[in-house]
Amino acid sequence: MKWIDFEKPNTVEDAVKLLSDSGGNARAMAGGTDLIVMLRVGHPRVNPDVVVDIKSIPELNELSYDANKGLTVGAAVECYKIYGDDNVNSHFSALNDSATLIGGTQIQGRASFGGNLCNAAPSGDSIPNMIAHRAVATITGPSGTREVPVEDICTGPGQTSIESDELLISINFPSNGAGFGANYIRFIPRNEMDIAVAGVGASVTIEDGKFTSARVSLASVAPTPLLVEEAGEALVGQPVSEGAIQKAADLAKAAAKPISDMRGTADYRKHLCDVLTRRALTTAVERAQGAS
Amino acid sequence: MTTADYERNMVLATDTDYKVIGTRPVRHDGADKVTGRAIYGADFDAAGLLHGKILRSPHAHAKIVSIDTSKAEKLDGVKAVVTSKDFPEVGNQWLKDNILASDKALYVGQAIVGVAASNPHVAESALGLIDVEYEVLTPVLTTQEAMATNASILHDSLTTEELGKDTGVVSNVASHTQHVKGDISKGFAEADVVVEREYNTKTVHQGYIEPHNATALWSPDGRLHVWCSTQGSFVVRDSLAELLDMPVSMVRVTPTEIGGGFGGKIPIYLEPVAALLSRKTGAPVKIVMSRKETFEASGPTPGSQIKIKIGAKHDGTITAAYAWMAMEAGAYPGSPVGAAVQCVFSTYDVENSTIDGFDVVVNKPKTAAYRAPGAPNAAFGAEQAINELAEKLGMDPIELRLKNVATEGTRRPDGPVFGRIGAKEVLEAMRDHPHYQSAKAEGTGRGISIGFWFNIGFDSACNIAVNKDGSVNLTEGSTDIGGSRTSIAMHAAEVLGIPVEDVRPSVVDTDTIGFTAVTGGSRTTFATGWAAYEAAQDVKKQCIDRAAIIWDVDANNLQMEDGVISSQSDSELKMTFKELAEQLSDTGGGISGSASVNPSGVGGSFAGNIADVSVDPDTGKTTVERFTCVQDVGKAIHPSYVEGQMQGGSVQGIGWALNEEYFMNDEGTMTNSSLLDYRMPTSLDLPMIDTVIVEVANPGHPFGVRGVGEANIVPPTPALANAIYDATGKRMTSLPMSPGAIQSADAE
Repeated sequence: MKWIDFEKPNTVEDAVKLLSDSGGNARAMAGGTDLIVMLRVGHPRVNPDVVVDIKSIPELNELSYDANKGLTVGAAVECYKIYGDDNVNSHFSALNDSATLIGGTQIQGRASFGGNLCNAAPSGDSIPNMIAHRAVATITGPSGTREVPVEDICTGPGQTSIESDELLISINFPSNGAGFGANYIRFIPRNEMDIAVAGVGASVTIEDGKFTSARVSLASVAPTPLLVEEAGEALVGQPVSEGAIQKAADLAKAAAKPISDMRGTADYRKHLCDVLTRRALTTAVERAQGAS
Repeated sequence: MTTADYERNMVLATDTDYKVIGTRPVRHDGADKVTGRAIYGADFDAAGLLHGKILRSPHAHAKIVSIDTSKAEKLDGVKAVVTSKDFPEVGNQWLKDNILASDKALYVGQAIVGVAASNPHVAESALGLIDVEYEVLTPVLTTQEAMATNASILHDSLTTEELGKDTGVVSNVASHTQHVKGDISKGFAEADVVVEREYNTKTVHQGYIEPHNATALWSPDGRLHVWCSTQGSFVVRDSLAELLDMPVSMVRVTPTEIGGGFGGKIPIYLEPVAALLSRKTGAPVKIVMSRKETFEASGPTPGSQIKIKIGAKHDGTITAAYAWMAMEAGAYPGSPVGAAVQCVFSTYDVENSTIDGFDVVVNKPKTAAYRAPGAPNAAFGAEQAINELAEKLGMDPIELRLKNVATEGTRRPDGPVFGRIGAKEVLEAMRDHPHYQSAKAEGTGRGISIGFWFNIGFDSACNIAVNKDGSVNLTEGSTDIGGSRTSIAMHAAEVLGIPVEDVRPSVVDTDTIGFTAVTGGSRTTFATGWAAYEAAQDVKKQCIDRAAIIWDVDANNLQMEDGVISSQSDSELKMTFKELAEQLSDTGGGISGSASVNPSGVGGSFAGNIADVSVDPDTGKTTVERFTCVQDVGKAIHPSYVEGQMQGGSVQGIGWALNEEYFMNDEGTMTNSSLLDYRMPTSLDLPMIDTVIVEVANPGHPFGVRGVGEANIVPPTPALANAIYDATGKRMTSLPMSPGAIQSADAE
């Protein structure tokens, strides 16, 4: 039986000190909806000496919007606060596709986008959505603060580019102009309480009937959530059409590198990338056109 | 959801001349359950309780070369360690090996060593200090692999029994049985249309929410007391007595409340280990399985390979039917193929049939019963073939079934002749139901199916004692899984003419009631209900006799109706049951009645489904849009509980049809042993299940009861397969019909 220390610092400084003092054997905990489950089952990747609860740190609970700076979501902000926020609902409503999808009601009272990102599951339901929104993570460590695009955070299942002595502070979503629309959808065999067999986050900006920017990101079809840049680039400059969307879907399907496991075969997952990219882009376009 | 323009839960009652039977009272154990006061096995506590954990095999097939527990025994807090060597030498070796393996591990999760410690964490740590040396062998994971000529052999001592005779040939096929009726060559020669296909199904679990658990206390006087979640406390008692080589009277089993079983809580797993650990320590020892252990080391229902061939004349008369069924027994012989052969064609009156059944061992957990064991596998093939035949003949699938339906006097393909059964009435109720009469919604497919389960009788006992306030204490030995306390109490209340709320039913331990067989085989309301009926008749007779003494009249002149004792000749002589109860002590003493029964008048049950589905053409995902279950229950004692059984069986069948499976890797490890990835349907995956209770009274029961627990899981898999075919043109011959499987299948 192993003892695990539990710490609950009130400042970023104290939290970073706890992380760096642990010699790499500390884990930051937001809602704990993944971490506690992994500790209970003795997950091989999760064997900390110290658990650092970061929910008392003000910066990690920030949820604010500024037309110039965009939306800032602290690393510990729970899903229910995201989908209950007026600014999110006015300017970033597609984030709710993920916030309302993660877990059930009880889990949404604890789970955060920050935790979902740091858990770095290939199936993390908020990550492709954040990537589609061009989100940037703010990370603080002993040597200072740095900003990293979300697509560069996950490096493998359960692994991130955040160092063991660093702390994810917040995620920033840049403001979107008129004609922006986004969507995240996943496929699961059941209707709830399941893990994505494949998931797609998509965003588009449409001006005068043409795509001026677009992003497609995939879940559960590679060791990390994937940004498929070529799918978005293929849309830019094109008039909105089913054909253009299908081209992007084909590129997303081609970029997917899934495995076969109990949740689905590689072939089926690639097929789903096509179907879901088409559906996510179509919804994003509808939202963009509805918003303009 | 819009309000249905029809009765969602219909009861087609035939006999309504009852006061209590057929009503829907609140269950006696309801308050304890909804307030969390009911005691389940994992809640059990006792002074000085030790906690047990079990080291399990990581290999699906391996020789156990050596076991070294010395380091674990030295760990602070470890109180005892047991292995198969701690069993007495007598007794069934395979039964013992499935509790604690001796020479071979035959599935991932098979128990090897038990540890008792002062707390569960120490016990867990101790498992990591045990060294087991294995010689890993090739695993055999399907009947196809196991029956191959060069297959890796599980048991050197297992020889095939061919049509009842030992061949002496060592193989993974434990037995081949065959039922022949008429001459199928002649039957197929007479057929104008023949359909023939092979079907495959995967291993699935009952999915009860409460994992297995057991606490044992072996007292210094040699008596063993066990508290556990079981469907049959007497089965646990008798199995323990056999394994531990002691008289049954030295073992006492107290059944705790049970969080589901569906057949999976008939065998024993943890009880003997807890008992051996308690014998070594002198302390009570509790062991509780995790969900992963429950999947890997309890008894699921088998994967199977089934070939069906059916021939019919142009007018729809079925002339011949052939079934070849091989079912996985798991690590030790005893698959449910023996039940499957009794069900596969029993809905139909077929002149010529042959049924071959093979019981095959594979490197998976030993299968246990699961709700009509074997019958759903068989029906998945046979009932798709019947629909295919209907399509080829251009007949309505219900009309084709009605044309060939078995009725009273029909000889089943496996021998027995049916008494009064309700297959025809079920099909007619399906045909006439608003669901079947309605047009399909745009984009949906519709499928139907019917299934049979024979049900069982067996031993039951019941005691009833009269309290002075006019209530009665009813004690019985049947684990209450689906509300049986109340339905059994209703039998007594009906006979005594008192409200069911005046009956106090208790499920008691094996020292306190006569031998009672398992809650299984849909027998509990039928047989234990019958024991309560007889015990109540005993009480009633004694009440009449006592009134005769009090009034000094001839008892033959007295009657007891609606809880009132009266004289047929003197209208002045009247006394309620309550008034009599008050006087008992002063007029000769209390009254109690008892009965032990083993009734033979078992009535089989038929259940049918109408299912509407839509299938996403892009993803292959099936949505069950509408689902109706029709079942002949004989007589519904408590219609709400009967509807619950029908809906529950339907839901389990829907899960089995669409997503559930043991997903095994090549090494024989189940990779989805959690409720996250073993995809049972949630409430969000299901429509409201409409029910129709058909009552064709079973003449073999005083109130006409048939068993209701099992037949309802038989038709869902083929009904959904037929609906998916109707929606997509894809004939799904393998379970589960998951989105990926449907998406990649070709249309016919």
